[in-house]
Amino acid sequence: MGILSVFKRKKNLLKPEQSSASEGMLVFENTSEVIKAERVLKDAGYNVRVMGPPPELRTGCDLVVVFPIVIQLQVIRLLKAEGLEPVKTVPVSSPLLSPVSLFHVKEFGDFIMVRAANMKLSFEKGSGLIVNISGGGCPDVPFVAAQMIGKTLWDAPSPREIGYTLCAYALSLALEHGKSLCPRPQA
Amino acid sequence: MQEQLERERKSLTVVGTLPFPEVPVITGDVEYSNGIITISGRWTFPAQRGTAALLGAAYEVLKNHGGGLLRAVLAGDNGQGYGSRAIYRYLVENPDVIRTNVLVFHYLFPDVDWHGKIIIALEKISPRPILIADAGFMYVAKMSGQASLYDLFTPDVGELAFLADEEAPHPFYTRGFLLHENNRLFDLIERAYSHGNAAKNLLVKAAVDHIVVQGQLVATISEPNVPELEAIGGTGDTLTGIVSALVASRLEITDAMVLAAKTNRMAGSLAKPTVATPITNLIEKIPYALNKVLGGAV
Repeated sequence: MGILSVFKRKKNLLKPEQSSASEGMLVFENTSEVIKAERVLKDAGYNVRVMGPPPELRTGCDLVVVFPIVIQLQVIRLLKAEGLEPVKTVPVSSPLLSPVSLFHVKEFGDFIMVRAANMKLSFEKGSGLIVNISGGGCPDVPFVAAQMIGKTLWDAPSPREIGYTLCAYALSLALEHGKSLCPRPQA
Repeated sequence: MQEQLERERKSLTVVGTLPFPEVPVITGDVEYSNGIITISGRWTFPAQRGTAALLGAAYEVLKNHGGGLLRAVLAGDNGQGYGSRAIYRYLVENPDVIRTNVLVFHYLFPDVDWHGKIIIALEKISPRPILIADAGFMYVAKMSGQASLYDLFTPDVGELAFLADEEAPHPFYTRGFLLHENNRLFDLIERAYSHGNAAKNLLVKAAVDHIVVQGQLVATISEPNVPELEAIGGTGDTLTGIVSALVASRLEITDAMVLAAKTNRMAGSLAKPTVATPITNLIEKIPYALNKVLGGAV
């Protein structure tokens, strides 16, 4: 009986659904981009909608795309692949909120731990080898951690590329901050 | 027969995800040995971080203290939410699965709509299970404005700041003034309760663990002090697993929180970890740690 030996890959039948109390807004340069983004996301199966922005976000383009904010990373990646990049992404509940920008750094002998919001990334000082990842609560955290641990800060895949949620996004910020603290060893 | 009824009376059901997207919804009795979780004698997974680590810790407690049944409802999810939504649907369509003494929701994709459906399903169950939430399901419980329905949350410091921020839809958007290290934990706890964003009880895992009952700080646990535990993935999950198992074994929630905090720290101390130590090294120390703490050594 091997690990996972009894499972076969099944096609996902469920589509992502709306989380009405936890939505984000994608703000674009112009209305044309809003319309394109809506089409791309709807074609991918996301339950998004176009609305007017709140007063504090009105910058000339009077439309925004509303989406479930937890999958911000996934949505941005999909749009980027189509050549669309929002000017700003903010929570509907409080459009002036910014993503976490405060980092906590702790040293444990030969190791450094960087915390960004709820995510913690630890690496060896000299080599930059990632030795542990803790915190977070979205289901991609164990998946992303398994791909990163045992690799260096520079060789590990970015959580922005392999994760889907805001926890992965926070971890990617911790990774970038870790790189800024640890000079890359010469080959 | 009597023995089985007693085990049912102490049953613990854990709902969560695994980092293997191809795994469909599976449910059954849990066993743990040598770093591997086995479900219903058929499916095996490494007990690394996340829900698998929680299950390993809960198994060690129930096996050595209390003897209750441990069951799991699991599915693979890589963060896209498919597995979590399949679990939510399964629970709503099979409510007998959540007929248990203690019900823990763990690494699940935060989805407010499905959270509401789960709460409605739980309302139809009598007696209602003791509800514990951590990780993604704690996030969605707060986002939905229904945190006070839960009996216990087990946040770390970053997650406590999120609970304290009435505007943040996810820890990623927690405002900086709440994340600042100079904040006293109890100020954050008070703020979380004042906005209705805390469970009835909080076990805050930190350098000094805070035990909170209905908004009142009733204990702090600071020993043994093993700073490395903060950096080791899964130490929060083992704490949630230990406290859940102790509550399932009919310990009063406040006593369970204190005992769990001491036991998790003691397991960490016995493992003599570095920042690079895997969580399975701590899980195997839990039976010894629990015995030591119960023996009054801490």
